[in-house]
Amino acid sequence: MATTDLSARPARRLGAPVSKRVLPGFGLSLGISLFFVSLVLLLPISGLVIRAGGMGWEQFWFVISDPRVVASYKVTALAALAASLFNCVFGLLMAWVLVRYDFPGKRLLDAIMDLPFALPTAVAGITLATLFAENGWYGQWLAKIGIEVAYTPLGIVVAMAFTSVPFVVRTVQPVLEELAPEDEEAAVSLGASDWTVFRRILFPVLWPAVVTGGALSFARSLGEYGAVIFIAGNSPYVSEVISLMIFVRLEEYDFPAASAIAAVVMGVSLLLLLFINVWQGRYLKRLHGG
Amino acid sequence: MATPRHRRVGDSPLVRRSLIGLAVVFTVLLLFMPLALIFVEALSEGWAVYVGNILDEYTLHAIGLTLFVALLTVPLNMVFGVFLAWLVTRFRFPGRKVLITLIDIPFAVSPVVAGLLYLLLYGGNGWVGQWLGQYDIQLMFSWPGIVMVTVFVTCPFVARELIPLMQQQGSEEEEAGVVLGASGWQLFRRITLPNIRWALLYGVILTNARAVGEFGAVSVVSGNIRGETNTLPLHVELLYQDYNAVGAFAASSLLAGIALITLAVKAIVEWRQSRL
Repeated sequence: MATTDLSARPARRLGAPVSKRVLPGFGLSLGISLFFVSLVLLLPISGLVIRAGGMGWEQFWFVISDPRVVASYKVTALAALAASLFNCVFGLLMAWVLVRYDFPGKRLLDAIMDLPFALPTAVAGITLATLFAENGWYGQWLAKIGIEVAYTPLGIVVAMAFTSVPFVVRTVQPVLEELAPEDEEAAVSLGASDWTVFRRILFPVLWPAVVTGGALSFARSLGEYGAVIFIAGNSPYVSEVISLMIFVRLEEYDFPAASAIAAVVMGVSLLLLLFINVWQGRYLKRLHGG
Repeated sequence: MATPRHRRVGDSPLVRRSLIGLAVVFTVLLLFMPLALIFVEALSEGWAVYVGNILDEYTLHAIGLTLFVALLTVPLNMVFGVFLAWLVTRFRFPGRKVLITLIDIPFAVSPVVAGLLYLLLYGGNGWVGQWLGQYDIQLMFSWPGIVMVTVFVTCPFVARELIPLMQQQGSEEEEAGVVLGASGWQLFRRITLPNIRWALLYGVILTNARAVGEFGAVSVVSGNIRGETNTLPLHVELLYQDYNAVGAFAASSLLAGIALITLAVKAIVEWRQSRL
């Protein structure tokens, strides 16, 4: 970092922004980008903020603290947490295996990791519901040991875990690939056990990426709708997720309530997004010797 | 790829085999089996029924509408993505980081919330919706609404694929082009486009996959009118709730096919880039 700063200094004195604009298209690309972002993203979002803001605090609070809605916050948050924890472990395992080992079929395994992003959520939803139904491929075996997944909160966890599989794998993979082997090899040659080296040397480097991936997976799971509703059973107070609650209010033509709940959900998502961005910026800096 | 001379963590055959075994078993259970189930269920009553399900009048209409929506959405987001990536990787200006964060919003926002945002603004009671209503223009519960929310949901993909690549490539080649007197369009077509074409292709394919498969946002603004505003994912839901699981999986198999093409393109693009 220090060397690039030095070499950049003379240029900056001449005015880096100006010298950067040797390239054409600043005005055009700025204009198109701002127009698009304002029209597609900011205008609708400000519409929601104004709608929810115009309700008055008391009515807003009344709507968002309705017991059925509160139950759906809890179900959604707990299921998203469980799904993200599963994905942290599974994602770390997959990233490790895909980076460290060579074996037949590795390319296929790597490629299929992205399936949950490419497969429409409604398709994932009916597929998981069928797999875990009482007479389904998985459901019939699980029923024998007394585990019910379909139409229970556990089904919500399964759907959320499925749709957010790629996040941790894809954030940990590049970090593992770039990891310098010296420390690890030194520790191993000095006789430390694999587990000790992993815990003391590898994990401290990997965990920020695991957290980033986990947070992305959590954010995605909080908003998941398509995959969840088919397997959740959707019974009030038990297995309704928050996105479904918004939908329910909409179908009752209760627009203010839908807007208020949506404002809460969007606020939480934006905070998470901000956290992820700040976190990622920090640990990338640390990784590259900030 | 020289073989490592030093032993590293997890090199012992036992650890190696058990970790690979565990990874394969989990991936098969979590990803391969669901994929297989879609096709097994779709074909469970034979080819004739499968073909009949696909050629069903409403399914064909849903396919048509879905392709139409993708055809409008994908080029729009491709153009936006290229301009945005050019802007944030080739110029420094105040607010650049904010802009990069802003385009991630559709990733973070629940699709149902995305649909609601548009319904509130353009629906019958919304500011814009009321004004358009005076001229008998209805955007929500018809195809324009579906296109609008699909644009919202899929707008980050192309830019997200291009930004890291263009950042890494730097702008030296393009600056040389300017010095040599190339126009903006020549610069883009001769230098930038060849450099980014594979990432752009993947971004477009991914945008298409999401545009074709969007469910939550579309279901808020569509009105689910069979044969009118029913996209393929909505049609899957409708068939499934009509207890026509085989039909639902037949329609799903088309969407799964698009997903598989997306994965294949990604694998090819990565293979291409790793050879550079």
